[in-house]
Amino acid sequence: MGAGATAIGLSTLNIAGLNLAKAASSDIPVSDEEMTSFPTYCEVCFWKCAGWAYVDKNKNIRKIIGNTEDPHCNGRLCPRGTGGVGMYTDEDRLKTPLIRETVNGEQVFRKASWEEALDLVASKMKDVAYKYGPASFALFNHGAPGSHFKHLLHAYGSENEGEPAWAQCRGPREVGFSATFGSWIGSPEPTDIRDTNCLVLIGSHIGENMHNGQVQEVADIIGRNATIITVDPRLSTVAAKSKYWLPIKPATDLALLLTWIHVLIYDNLYNKDYVEQYTMGFDLLKEHVKDMTPEWAYGITTIDPATIRKTAREMANAAPSVIVHPGRHVVWYGDDSQRERAIAILNALLGSWGKRGGFYFKESVAIPKYPHPAYPHPEWSWKDNLDGKYPLSSMAITTEMLAASIPEMGYKHQIKAWIVAGTNLPLTIPNKDLFKNAAEAVEFIAVVDTMPMEITGYADVVLPECTYLERYDTLRAAPHREPNVALRMPAVEPKYETKPSWWIAKQLGERLGLADYYNYDDYADVLDWQLKKMGTSLEEMRRIGIKKFDRQSGPLYLADGEEYHFNTNSGKIELYSTEFADLGFDPMPVFTKHPEPEDGFYRLIYGRAPMHTFSRTSNNHNLFDLMNENAVWVNPKVAELWDLKNGQMVHLKNQDGITSTFPVKVRVTERIRWDSVYMVHGFGHDNKKLTRSFGRGASDTQLITNVMVDPMMGGTGMRGNFVTFITDKPGKEAEA
Amino acid sequence: MRYAMAIDTRKCVGCSDCVVACQTENNVPHGYCRDWIVENVSGAYPIVEVELRSERCNHCENSPCVRCCPTGASHIVEGGIVMVTHDECIGCGACIQSCPYDARYSHPDGYVDKCTFCQHRLQKGQNTACVEVCPTKCLHFGDIEDPYSDVSLALKNRTWKVLAPEAGTKPQLYFLT
Repeated sequence: MGAGATAIGLSTLNIAGLNLAKAASSDIPVSDEEMTSFPTYCEVCFWKCAGWAYVDKNKNIRKIIGNTEDPHCNGRLCPRGTGGVGMYTDEDRLKTPLIRETVNGEQVFRKASWEEALDLVASKMKDVAYKYGPASFALFNHGAPGSHFKHLLHAYGSENEGEPAWAQCRGPREVGFSATFGSWIGSPEPTDIRDTNCLVLIGSHIGENMHNGQVQEVADIIGRNATIITVDPRLSTVAAKSKYWLPIKPATDLALLLTWIHVLIYDNLYNKDYVEQYTMGFDLLKEHVKDMTPEWAYGITTIDPATIRKTAREMANAAPSVIVHPGRHVVWYGDDSQRERAIAILNALLGSWGKRGGFYFKESVAIPKYPHPAYPHPEWSWKDNLDGKYPLSSMAITTEMLAASIPEMGYKHQIKAWIVAGTNLPLTIPNKDLFKNAAEAVEFIAVVDTMPMEITGYADVVLPECTYLERYDTLRAAPHREPNVALRMPAVEPKYETKPSWWIAKQLGERLGLADYYNYDDYADVLDWQLKKMGTSLEEMRRIGIKKFDRQSGPLYLADGEEYHFNTNSGKIELYSTEFADLGFDPMPVFTKHPEPEDGFYRLIYGRAPMHTFSRTSNNHNLFDLMNENAVWVNPKVAELWDLKNGQMVHLKNQDGITSTFPVKVRVTERIRWDSVYMVHGFGHDNKKLTRSFGRGASDTQLITNVMVDPMMGGTGMRGNFVTFITDKPGKEAEA
Repeated sequence: MRYAMAIDTRKCVGCSDCVVACQTENNVPHGYCRDWIVENVSGAYPIVEVELRSERCNHCENSPCVRCCPTGASHIVEGGIVMVTHDECIGCGACIQSCPYDARYSHPDGYVDKCTFCQHRLQKGQNTACVEVCPTKCLHFGDIEDPYSDVSLALKNRTWKVLAPEAGTKPQLYFLT
């Protein structure tokens, strides 16, 4: 390794690099004073850090720097935020509206004007509303564009909007924590890591997931030698920095959590005052975990009883300044809401909820609603289709919406058309057949994106959105210790013929006769109206980017002995969940065994790399330079068995016979257990229009065809897939 | 005065933010870099250690790159920063070969390029781009001869190492262990 060492694949990129360097004409840094800075908040991931885009005299965005006032980033963006400029400069961006048409029996996209593309989408929306009712037009979305299209669909008469954030990500933890404390975790997580004495991570790989403020606080506690306990079959980056790494057998986390509960109770280590004052169901819980001893858990988890007892004691010693972290992407085995419940119960026994160094009481500032007519009442919504299934789904289940798009599935209400905004469903939704069948079944798909992601290949109309650096957007008002609001404004004019989502949605609304819902010329007018109501203004926010407000809801923490009403059925922290019991679910978590790999197969574990987000950044030139493909991590013992060498290309085949389209590089490493392999999510793009990332690495999503659905909230458990290696003729499939 | 950097390997998560921040600050062309991340793994499962560290030019007190430069393009400026004057560089690459840290690369415009400790920022009282951006605050920079500088305070009460001490270059990157 050394300077220029990120130049992986330089042989093919030398020319491009040369041209680009020449075009930039100088490597001399531009001083900050010679540039103008514009406030923004990042759209590369969901953490939404506020920053400044620096623009030079030639209207080039040179760099993006964090806003020092922002609690999400404290002035330090992560690599993706710093590299966000690559989203703007990407020459593979969608440049004009595209319309699918058939030429000589072949389907192609042709360039279209905005007028034509918008007219077509609007006419399809009218058509679908006339034939099936507006509720059959659904929205799949992620991030900022979603809010603009939600407003459009609500005005049009549909509430069928789903984002992978629920059933493919964090839904189970919201269910588990809500049942226990009567409150969602939400985003960003109200984990008081900054002040904690003990952080417990269940498969959460902070530092590889670059949830910025959280990573910063973890680094701070590493600096002051706080205890970190990491449970992971892989030696994650944070596991390597932890006082205790528990290399658990995958799929057995719930047994470990239950035995920790057992030890806290039976070794008398729990927080008695807190439990007595704030919780209900303690005796039932005590009886429930009676036999779940560390010796019982040893046979399941492979973690030795002494370590289980010692780590439980570490937590108790730190309590209430201890966090058993809920994690974020927690759809693993289909019993995820119950695993999250066990995590919540542990926190309750330790008394960490509402305590310094545990979980703080978050607060966000309310954004005034810009006036518009009342939305029509939709004829039906996604919930009506569930027929009593998944009763705790409080956000729509994307996979259910996809299933409702396939007539043969026999859903009561059918979805007939989609708008997809900012989410690349083919590399997000497990069981690709479900997605493909649904996409083929619906009559019309419009896709809004900045990049030619795989989803655009399924579109009838592609609407090119400008990047977050080129547009106004809704205000960011995420909860934190201090309520705050952040502004995103354009740093430069939109490149090519791209447009902001607010404009696209407004244009469609006006074509649908919904102009009353768009009583403004420019979204800046809406922002100024909202900000003035909040005691600031667009003018002030342009100068400061972020503004903090005083808390209205009281202190961050509970005072000792303070009376507090929790938003549960009983008003208490429910160790025994009355909500779950009423619905016929286990009121206290029960461990069940999950399927094991057959001989020659290894459990597929996937995760994040700090320089990439989902599948959306792999073509970003700045971030591509940092990591341009994923690798499959293989334990040396397994590598020996298969005669695999470091750097060798292999294909992966899963238990259902699905083979990865592209080969993936083997990384032989002691950091992974012998019964598992690991891959970073988001690679293996198969759209050739992504000229850098096409064909690089393998897609974990493609190999996830066994989905274990959480009966409580519809989450798609994805960790029950097993892969084997195909070592002969790697690259054959890729050429096909 | 002597500028130096301390890199806290216990805090570094290897996110490469320092690399991309350097790239945008210094207009480093795509496919090249002035700083980079090294990961060392030792041991056998489940007793394994990982060291992550952010590396760049060591701005050596006894710098072989400066000694071997035939044109004087490589030189040392105030604070011990090793610089390359692009106009004087003929791109011969001797310095690249002489560097024990592989810290230099051939810029596509025909000269040799490397970390400058963001000298243009230091002159204005700003910190280097990599130090400013690091989410883990694992990078510490300053005048090592000033006992109260950030780098001196970081080195105090911690064990540290330098890379390739056998090369005798007196490097100015200190890795806190």
